Amino acid sequence: MMETKNIIIVGVGGQGSLLASKILGDLFLTKGYDVKVSEVHGMSQRGGSVITYVRFGDKVASPVVDEGEADFIVSFEILETARWLSYLKKDGQIVTNLQEIEPMPVITGAAVYPENLAEKIKAKGVKVDALDCLDLAKQAGSAKAVNIVLLGRLSHYFDIDEKLWEEIIEKNVPKKFLELNKKAFQLGKNA
Amino acid sequence: MKELMLGNKAVARGLYEAGVEFVSSYPGTPSTEITEEFVKFDDVYAEWAPNEKVAMESAFGASLAGRRAFCAQKHVGLNVAADPLYTMSYTGVNAGMVIVVADDAGMHSSQNEQDSRRHAIAAKVPMLEPADSAEALEFTKLAYEISETFDTPVLVKMCTRVAHSQSIVETGERKEFKKDYEKNIGKYVMMPGNAKKRHPIVEERTRKLAEYAETSPLNREETGGTWLGIITASTSYQYVKEVFGDSVSVLKLGMTNPLPENLIKNFAKKVERLVVVEELDPVIEEAVRAMGIKVEGRNLLPGIDEFSQNKIRAAFGKNFGVGESLEDAIPPRPPVMCAGCPHRGLFYTLKKLNCTVLGDIGCYTLGAVPPLAAMDMTLCMGASIGALHGFTKVNNEAAKNTVAVIGDSTFVHSGMTGLANVAYNQSKGTIIILDNSITGMTGHQQNPATGKNIKGEPAGRIDLEALCRAMGINRVRVADPYNLKEIEAAVKEELSVDEASVIISRRPCALLKEVKHKAPLKVDKDKCIGCKSCMKIGCPAISMKDKKAVVDANQCVGCGVCAGLCPKNAFSGVEG
Ligand SMILES: Cc1ncc(C[n+]2csc(CCOP(=O)(O)OP(=O)(O)O)c2C)c(N)n1
Ligand code: SF4
Ligand code: SF4
Repeated sequence: MMETKNIIIVGVGGQGSLLASKILGDLFLTKGYDVKVSEVHGMSQRGGSVITYVRFGDKVASPVVDEGEADFIVSFEILETARWLSYLKKDGQIVTNLQEIEPMPVITGAAVYPENLAEKIKAKGVKVDALDCLDLAKQAGSAKAVNIVLLGRLSHYFDIDEKLWEEIIEKNVPKKFLELNKKAFQLGKNA
Repeated sequence: MKELMLGNKAVARGLYEAGVEFVSSYPGTPSTEITEEFVKFDDVYAEWAPNEKVAMESAFGASLAGRRAFCAQKHVGLNVAADPLYTMSYTGVNAGMVIVVADDAGMHSSQNEQDSRRHAIAAKVPMLEPADSAEALEFTKLAYEISETFDTPVLVKMCTRVAHSQSIVETGERKEFKKDYEKNIGKYVMMPGNAKKRHPIVEERTRKLAEYAETSPLNREETGGTWLGIITASTSYQYVKEVFGDSVSVLKLGMTNPLPENLIKNFAKKVERLVVVEELDPVIEEAVRAMGIKVEGRNLLPGIDEFSQNKIRAAFGKNFGVGESLEDAIPPRPPVMCAGCPHRGLFYTLKKLNCTVLGDIGCYTLGAVPPLAAMDMTLCMGASIGALHGFTKVNNEAAKNTVAVIGDSTFVHSGMTGLANVAYNQSKGTIIILDNSITGMTGHQQNPATGKNIKGEPAGRIDLEALCRAMGINRVRVADPYNLKEIEAAVKEELSVDEASVIISRRPCALLKEVKHKAPLKVDKDKCIGCKSCMKIGCPAISMKDKKAVVDANQCVGCGVCAGLCPKNAFSGVEG
């Protein structure tokens, strides 16, 4: 029996994690796995810290991933990567956007945004694949494509045909944005 | 066909397959998507009602008329609809009537963590609890059979982790359902003489349902090791399976009211140790103990917050590892009002005027978050106006700087009756209706003040100004919260008068598609003196870099509120 694989997608509410989890869910379903995806709707979508869980394997029970269980952290923002770090399994892999978005307590001066987070995480011996997804998304044509850039990068770590990734993306994005998203995927993949 | 489906969408699918024709709900996380998904099917009717009570009564009417009917709400919504529910238990139904109540253990999006199972017990109606999307679909269909067989409304309890998780479902075909209405005064007219005769029927029904629960496929025993037996339901079942797999015996309850006493007794006999794993209140545990069975539960797991696999591991003394963490303090990231949110200018003004702000529930509750921190109370939907009335009645002076703030949807939901009281019993506070033309917090649903229905088509529209006047409020005015001068003048003036007044703070939500945004603002670095005046409004698009304000062009919608606060006119790109 295959052990269940766990992915958490973290970021700031409104950054597009719902689409990313939808695509991953569809992808693993197509590959014949049992899949569970747990999302956040409501209050935290107003700019709060959000976490989405994607689990796949022969038989998945819990819809959530707990601390110490994630094989992958896919992160839209580096402070969020740091916040959810304890969810990563030993030997787990992080794929993260380097973008910094200041939370309100930092904006108001009640807290400070820690510096050099990517380096500090690496210094813990954690495997970190960090890239400037916002820049790549803009290159692809829209700042909103950060999620697809991240998926492109994540695709490195899975033995899944690129055609299938593209097919699933095609199923989940509006036609007029398909080319843009395909480009974003490639830019992330080859970054 | 096999699909990955959100729990709430699976309920909607179940409704569709069960031939449900009528759905009336009021939005509330985590129940909203059921109604939003259902309305997408052809040839069905769904609507947003002004509140949960109206929704449930409307669904009851449809059931009475002989069509399978439904309403959904979040846990606190069932408090609002409790009145019709408790007596519908007596009348029973004509065509099937199913009600989803969605609990929110962990309070992801709620003001309390109440356990809806208490309502099922108190109202004496059956309650089903699916544990994943496949069960959400199946149980919904089965709920209609139970409703019609036992002549009762049926509650289906969802929770955040079932409602908002996707798992695999297999869909089926729709079966139409129609029944005739037949007049039956003794059954449907609940006055004392009739209700007295119905009550014994309700008690007898509960006995029969308990009998049904003994053999129903909703409850199942999964035999594993006998050293430990766990009774569980809903998402807790998934955590138990995650941790123990088949190594323990599990009694999974799909129906948690009424409980199958014999099934539980037999299960208890087979295992060495019996534990109930249930989120929130120890409802099952107490019932099992009352059966005279030795059982554990709350001694191992708390009745606060949601569970997870590690919490179950910890409760049973199982080891688990957690990952790394950094030495740095990680600043929290609480939710905030969006950039360009129309509520922001109003709260800035209320803070500036040092008002006591009796709040309500919606996006504007975020006015309580620093740096605005301009809110003194939030209780439940509609409470702001009632509280203002009491607050100012006992303290005349307070009326000079106390306001109630309430959203458009919340005002229609349950603020109107509060306003009637203000007018009737003549208190003198200022009520501010934050009319952003949408029900924002729950993900942008239409409401009776927006002029559009659930599909976005033209619909009836409440004229808020005329309504307030008709209720007996003489001073009613509209102000634009993007215009700080205008809104401040309005608040000051209405606070100064010796009678109740209503200010409608009107500007559509910045996230609405039809709202045209202006170009993002820019800060002229040479003009900015780093005084942080613009940061007092807490717009997430503004931050300080190298002691100068910068605007994030990806977030800014050009509302111009910040520009008005700058003493040096450093913001450019603002037009009239
Ligand atoms: C009884 C009850 N039903 C539903 C909810 C969920 N809910 C929270 S706020 C809200 C409505 C907010 O809309 P509005 O008053 O227009 O304010 P906005 O969010 O648009 O600022 C709803 C439905 C609740 N908290 N209580
Ligand atoms: S969704 Fe609309 S009302 Fe809610 S915080 Fe954002 S802009 Fe304001
Ligand atoms: S104009 Fe100012 S207050 Fe409005 S969204 Fe842009 S930065 Fe925020």
